[in-house]
Amino acid sequence: MTAYSITEPSGRSKLVAGLLVTLYTIVTLLPLVWIISTGFKSGPDSISYPPKVLFEPSLEGYVNLFTTRTRVAAEEFQNLPPPETWYDEIVRDQGMVIAGPSRFGERFLNSVIIGFGSTFLSIFLGTLAAYAFSRFKVPLKDDLLFFILSTRMMPPIAVAIPIYLMYRELGLSDTHLGMILLYTAVNISLAVWLLKGFIDEIPREYEEAALIDGYTRFQAFRKVVLPQAATGIASTAIFCLIFAWNEYAFAVLLTSGTAQTAPPFIPTIIGVGGQDWPAVAAGATIFLLPVMIFTILLRKHLLRGITFGAVRK
Amino acid sequence: MPNPIDAAARATPDPLARRIRGLSDRTIAWLFVAPTIFLLLAINIFPLIWTVRLSFTNYRANRPNEEVEFVGLRNYIRILTDDGIWANMQTTAHFLFWTLFFQVLIGFTLAWLINRKFKGNDLLTTLIVLPMMLSPAVVGNFWTFLYQPQIGLVNYMVELLTGTPASSFSMLGPGGYAPWSIIIVDTWMWTPFVMLICLAGLRSIPDYIYEAAEIDRASKWRQFWTLTVPMVLPFLMLAVLFRGIENFKMFDMVVLLTGGGPGNETLLASIDLKREAFEKWRTGYSSAYAIILFVTVFGLASIYVKALNKVKER
Repeated sequence: MTAYSITEPSGRSKLVAGLLVTLYTIVTLLPLVWIISTGFKSGPDSISYPPKVLFEPSLEGYVNLFTTRTRVAAEEFQNLPPPETWYDEIVRDQGMVIAGPSRFGERFLNSVIIGFGSTFLSIFLGTLAAYAFSRFKVPLKDDLLFFILSTRMMPPIAVAIPIYLMYRELGLSDTHLGMILLYTAVNISLAVWLLKGFIDEIPREYEEAALIDGYTRFQAFRKVVLPQAATGIASTAIFCLIFAWNEYAFAVLLTSGTAQTAPPFIPTIIGVGGQDWPAVAAGATIFLLPVMIFTILLRKHLLRGITFGAVRK
Repeated sequence: MPNPIDAAARATPDPLARRIRGLSDRTIAWLFVAPTIFLLLAINIFPLIWTVRLSFTNYRANRPNEEVEFVGLRNYIRILTDDGIWANMQTTAHFLFWTLFFQVLIGFTLAWLINRKFKGNDLLTTLIVLPMMLSPAVVGNFWTFLYQPQIGLVNYMVELLTGTPASSFSMLGPGGYAPWSIIIVDTWMWTPFVMLICLAGLRSIPDYIYEAAEIDRASKWRQFWTLTVPMVLPFLMLAVLFRGIENFKMFDMVVLLTGGGPGNETLLASIDLKREAFEKWRTGYSSAYAIILFVTVFGLASIYVKALNKVKER
């Protein structure tokens, strides 16, 4: 852009635009700020009216998230030995004692296992397929690519019925493997489309040079194309991970115990008389924070990822 | 100096590569594509065909030992003549229309403002985008807290701004606000999506076009309607396509916010489908329901893509 341009917006219009967008940003971030701050509120503070903006921070929500608690009779409560740890103390302050760990840790770990497992598999299969679609003459290429994309249009519930029946037969219900395969099948369309775009951008000449140097096609793929596509593969992987991480419909229908991920679990965190909001907020914070960080890391490739590579900027 | 051991290692192809060396490009192509196709056939197409087959039966998944009868088109006829299902379709259409309307309106406006390239626009764009990347289930669940009539932030804000007492209305309860509550949350989550795509559209317009218009003394208003809007339109239509398909399938966020209630006020088709399939266990019936929904979204999307391609060609 030249120093002086007639199309450059005026200073005043920039200022107004900046103010309006800042205002929108503040409003749109408010619910997220509220989630994070509610996680650090005590039970009474979280449900006070008017809603408290300033409050004494408490780790009650986080302690409640990771523990199960029981009430004991007042007499017995008096006779208990003094609390040993800081989290014991927080629970005592609520008039209860710790009964054991909660399931949150397990559910979070399931999210990690299923998320990373399916991401790895989607990227592995997706890179191979994308390379083939990008470089070779595959018969019915366009039809196959469209077929891969169209699997994304199905409402999850539509395929959930037979998958539920199929998994019941095969013993895959409520297993990590079952969920990994399922999420891979959902993510692979995104992986193939995005990766094909990234590989298309790598000049063919690099591989041709390698082939002339005596590399086999497979070696050229591994030693020339893969390193060149590394950024694309990494950002595709993050998109797959975020999808698997956030998925709810299949998780709630097909898992109940062993393989249940965090999204169906967090809404079931209840305390005395309804949801334990500080604990829900604490769980949500722990669960959402990695995605927020990834989003900031991904910002350059965001558009591409959310449009299946249709818009590349 | 190249290390001789390294060089030797590089010269000796590993066993896998040796086996693959002799393969033609065509074989490699198939070898690379086959696993993906196989996975999709096993976990997408096979289940879909199974759904079609089930849709002609009276099968119930909770009674696997009962005899299964083929009932022909009975499930389909029942669904298409059921007033309740047409009401759910209208609820879905209402949700689709207003979410798309607000997201396009706000998303485009934001993109247009951000395109003034004021200082810090990159940072704000990144912050605005955050909600759409988060788990709709977890966030949807938290919004029920924000919508609490007694203690929630939303009602408090309304009281602060308009003076309406906070506990006099309930966004998720009876009173007709619930369909708008889900529209608000969806708009909050997905406006950034439309915004990002519009922004890409706006940035794809070269400066010289505006310079030429400026020289022709076209007014800003005229430039906006004859240059900006037509050039962003294909992008905007693409955003609408994506959001349309997603919101037609909408399940997670709404199921946690309202669960379809109060009454059936927010009973979107996919939530109703889930009830039929996994609560009432009418497997055959809900399979037919699923097929009808899939055909609808696929059909609408195909017509829309044709229109989109026409706009692109212009």
